[in-house]
Amino acid sequence: MAMTEQRVSYTLDSSLETIDNAEAKATRVATELGFPDDEIMQISMAVREGAVNAVLHGNAYAPDKKVTLAFERAGGDLIITIRDQGRGMDLSKIPNPLAPENLLKTSGRGIFLMRSFMDVVEIRPTATGTELKLIKHVHGPTAGGKEASQ
Amino acid sequence: MSMKVGSRQVDGVTIVDCSGRITLGEGSVILRDTVRDLLGKGNKKIVLNLQDVNYIDSSGIGELVSAFTTTKNQGGELKLLNLTKKVNDLLQITKLYTVFDVKDDEASAVKSFK
Repeated sequence: MAMTEQRVSYTLDSSLETIDNAEAKATRVATELGFPDDEIMQISMAVREGAVNAVLHGNAYAPDKKVTLAFERAGGDLIITIRDQGRGMDLSKIPNPLAPENLLKTSGRGIFLMRSFMDVVEIRPTATGTELKLIKHVHGPTAGGKEASQ
Repeated sequence: MSMKVGSRQVDGVTIVDCSGRITLGEGSVILRDTVRDLLGKGNKKIVLNLQDVNYIDSSGIGELVSAFTTTKNQGGELKLLNLTKKVNDLLQITKLYTVFDVKDDEASAVKSFK
């Protein structure tokens, strides 16, 4: 995403390659927006986890179902939206991965990591699947938007 | 960069040198297969040297947990060595640092099995 653009979106297949692709795009966008290295890693990992959920748990690798990934710069926020076409998830059934009885579970940490790394994580059902919204506040010298300074 | 592993023996302990990324897909599968292969050959003292692992996602974390429990269930022990800051931070926020036996030098890791 060029720094001057407000929003860019991609339609991606339900494949493992999409997960790596989404992560790479997030790294590029976060880098271009001037996030520090540790926050670039956090944003990239949150997007990767969101893409994993969309491809595996949402679309279940179905070739006829797509994942849409969008990056938007709105004021002091980077807003990332990931939509799938799956059946959705019941958040109340996702156990707390930090509970002692769940520490040795081999899955169930994706949403927890997203919430750890992003300022806002919203998950909601849509008419066609699930929408995940990840928001990271822009800090530092680029806060307020490079667009505004041009 | 995909994941690569190489194993060596030090005083009866198997050191698995891992590099690259432990993520959903190939990286997780390589780690799983490596640990299962070692256990199948009777190598039950295992150290995963993660010095050159620069990235782990939630699937990779799950694979580390799986390796730990699989080894333990077969009467063995699996320890982690030389965590990078990124991996260390991930284990801290997921509280898995309290589960794994984490070492920061190979000699003490090997010695700790005795």
